Amino acid sequence: MKIDLTDTTASKINKALVQGRRAIGTPAVGMVLTLVIVTDEENAYDALKAANDASREHPSRTLVVIKRVSRTPRDRTQSRLDAEVRVGAEAGTGETVVLRLYGEVVDHAQSVVLPLLLPDAPVVVWWPVNAPLDPANDPLGALAQRRVTDTYAAEQPVRELTARADTYTPGDTDLSWTRITPWRSMLAAALDQVTCKVAAVEVEGEEFNPSCELLAMWLADRLDVPVKRSLSNGPGLTAVRMATDTGRIVLDRADGSLATLSIQGQPDRAVALKRRETAELIAEELRRLDPDDTYASALRFGVERLSEVSDAGVAFDEAADAVLEPPSKSDEQSPGLDAPSPGGEPVEAAAEAAAPEAEAEAPVTDAPSGTAASEKKAAAK
Amino acid sequence: MSSSNPLRDPADRRLPRIAGPSGLVIFGVTGDLSRKKLMPAVYDLANRGLLPPGFSLVGFARREWQHEDFAAEVHDAVKEHARTPFREEVWQQLIQGMRFVQGTFDDDDAFERLRGTIEELDKAQGTGGNFAFYLSVPPRSFPVVIQQLKKHGLADQSSGSWRRAVIEKPFGHDLKSAEDLNKVVHEVFAPDQVFRIDHYLGKETVQNILALRFANTMFEPIWNRSFVDHVQITMAEDIGIGGRAGYYDGIGAARDVIQNHLLQLMALTAMEEPASFDADALAAEKTKVLGAVRLPKDLGRDTVFGQYAEGWQGGEKAVGYLQEEGIDPQSKTDTYAAIKVEIDNRRWAGVPFYLRTGKRLGRRVTEIAVVFQRAPHSPFDHTATEELGKNAIVIRVQPDEGVTVRFGSKVPGTSMEIRDVSMDFAYGESFTESSPEAYERLILDVLLGDSNLFPRTEEVELSWKILDPIEEYWDRHGRPAQYPSGTWGPVEADEMLAREGRSWRRP
Repeated sequence: MKIDLTDTTASKINKALVQGRRAIGTPAVGMVLTLVIVTDEENAYDALKAANDASREHPSRTLVVIKRVSRTPRDRTQSRLDAEVRVGAEAGTGETVVLRLYGEVVDHAQSVVLPLLLPDAPVVVWWPVNAPLDPANDPLGALAQRRVTDTYAAEQPVRELTARADTYTPGDTDLSWTRITPWRSMLAAALDQVTCKVAAVEVEGEEFNPSCELLAMWLADRLDVPVKRSLSNGPGLTAVRMATDTGRIVLDRADGSLATLSIQGQPDRAVALKRRETAELIAEELRRLDPDDTYASALRFGVERLSEVSDAGVAFDEAADAVLEPPSKSDEQSPGLDAPSPGGEPVEAAAEAAAPEAEAEAPVTDAPSGTAASEKKAAAK
Repeated sequence: MSSSNPLRDPADRRLPRIAGPSGLVIFGVTGDLSRKKLMPAVYDLANRGLLPPGFSLVGFARREWQHEDFAAEVHDAVKEHARTPFREEVWQQLIQGMRFVQGTFDDDDAFERLRGTIEELDKAQGTGGNFAFYLSVPPRSFPVVIQQLKKHGLADQSSGSWRRAVIEKPFGHDLKSAEDLNKVVHEVFAPDQVFRIDHYLGKETVQNILALRFANTMFEPIWNRSFVDHVQITMAEDIGIGGRAGYYDGIGAARDVIQNHLLQLMALTAMEEPASFDADALAAEKTKVLGAVRLPKDLGRDTVFGQYAEGWQGGEKAVGYLQEEGIDPQSKTDTYAAIKVEIDNRRWAGVPFYLRTGKRLGRRVTEIAVVFQRAPHSPFDHTATEELGKNAIVIRVQPDEGVTVRFGSKVPGTSMEIRDVSMDFAYGESFTESSPEAYERLILDVLLGDSNLFPRTEEVELSWKILDPIEEYWDRHGRPAQYPSGTWGPVEADEMLAREGRSWRRP
């Protein structure tokens, strides 16, 4: 059932929700969370579809906040809220309210959303596109326990990652991180199978895909070894190669669905590693609403330190050869970290560019801001 | 699994528990259980990314199949019964590790071939010698298969690898046969490598009993004799025995259901809080409760057994049990059983637990109802509370999983009239679609070696100690009460509760 409300208010929408539920005969519904989707008109349909699919696993009230673009100064002074209330079969297993904001109210979306949140239930905000640089301090983000961004959809994903690291607040998460869960789980499973010491890693994937950087940073953070990020034509991530003291471990996925796991001394094995739909990603994201410390740690490792490793010319093969000798303590020191990065990489420049913006957003978090802090961190290492 | 793996971090909760390198050998792979539950569960696990790379599935049966025929059979079973959508790449991953071994259980050559297959898989798929043997076979074949596994060295664990046995109910038909069976199995497999499947324990709702009780504060304070009047645990089926006459006759409902499912549900409902959520602590508490069970003095009064008679079941005409094909018309096998037990401990002394199960009852339902005492004093007059029943918390195990709380509420508009209302938590509609099947969870647990959800030898033997005297009594006294198909059991069962001023819930 669908109720259209034009030029309305939050209290009228609440009434419509109750009315809608009465009409279809389910006065009480066991919804577990409120999902707020902040998007533009262009991406609203896909995002809502994904959310409705995910609601099969997590019955929720979905609020879609669509900020309409005003074309003239006159439009901007007028303020209007339109709403579309959907309950029952049309809204997955929960309820959906599509909110269209025009004019001034665009800047005060939280005033519309706040009265519509489910009592006592967690709130998740998801920006499929155009996420704010500091999600936790965004007026809508501040309402939520969990803030889901998607750097994959950004114009300059790598730069965006740096900004995310600078403003990270517990509860932040990113779909680029969600996308690599199967990879991470398969790599962990591979290391379950052999007892070995990893010496160097190479992560290969398409350009402008922040998942590759995140995976590389996670590996670098967990393994404490140099990780090289190299480019391929995709789709997505294409390979992870680990040089260990017992030989190579390679997880190779050329076609975006079926991967091969090769461990030296063991037969090659096929592994299903399909790129997942947004609905699956959102479902995974909603499964846990506590801060993702692993994400924070990987993110804070810093994209620029990955580029240092690559720039310093630590060829993956050299590192691989080095550890095939009996491992000594000095292996843990990566040669790249002593020398200052030569810079000149677009990544580096982007990181610097992102810093002032992030500061302008008044970071209240204790996260180190800007590249200066990151460099200090790197130097201290 | 090495604990030193730097990529594993307990704080990283996104990473699922993936089983280590391993394979599963299914005996009786052509059976119904295997096709409808096991194969789809294996596929669903693979689809969720929970199986290790190189996971292998070996089928063992009499049928003259090639590996390809077996793969085709699995393919069909998966397409038809799997919970998650079919994906070609997942299938490609699985199919590489699929093998079929043709033979009968007494065929030495076949077991040699099985051993060869396992060795070949270790080489080709890297299964590392870790294999679980799933015995989806009739009880009489258990000893043969177990002995064959031993004879051909299939049960020998070399260092760093494991061999496990998975067995399905029935775990014997009385205490003695259960002990015999345990002896046979334990002679070959160490007790902690034997996994007894009680698929009820793999259900989300059953695991939720523990969450409900021990993760919340509002239920546990009233979960005792001071507030609880009695507990009813029901497992009803609407079907008859179908084609299982050979298995069912002589076994009956009590042995088939009460001994395992209902007593396990009772143990989970009644047990004390375990020190932790690990297998040993859980088993310790369940064993304590089962050990404290006291049977009624007069078994004739407080137990009822019955047989379904001809009748109409949900709009279809159903024949009586004694008229079913392959059933001896003089059979005394129970298709309905209701018993009352008490638990002798401080928490439950004097609170009856009524367990009932039956075939051809009103509808298919499994639930646990904790029924509370009436309020000790009511400020409302008698007419106001006439329609008010007892408060109850009902855990609906299947179908429509969830929890219902029943309490009184004022009827709007009247001066003062109080009536029962239900407050519902429906796991069902929204969660089940994506929540895993019991077999998925249990197979994964077997591969991980996690025995939380598997009843142990002591529990099985204690359950038989509870049931044996009742079965013996039924053997010697009277005949099963007849009840028309499609009803909620014989009148004797209603009378059994009515004598104590109670009545069965209509689930």
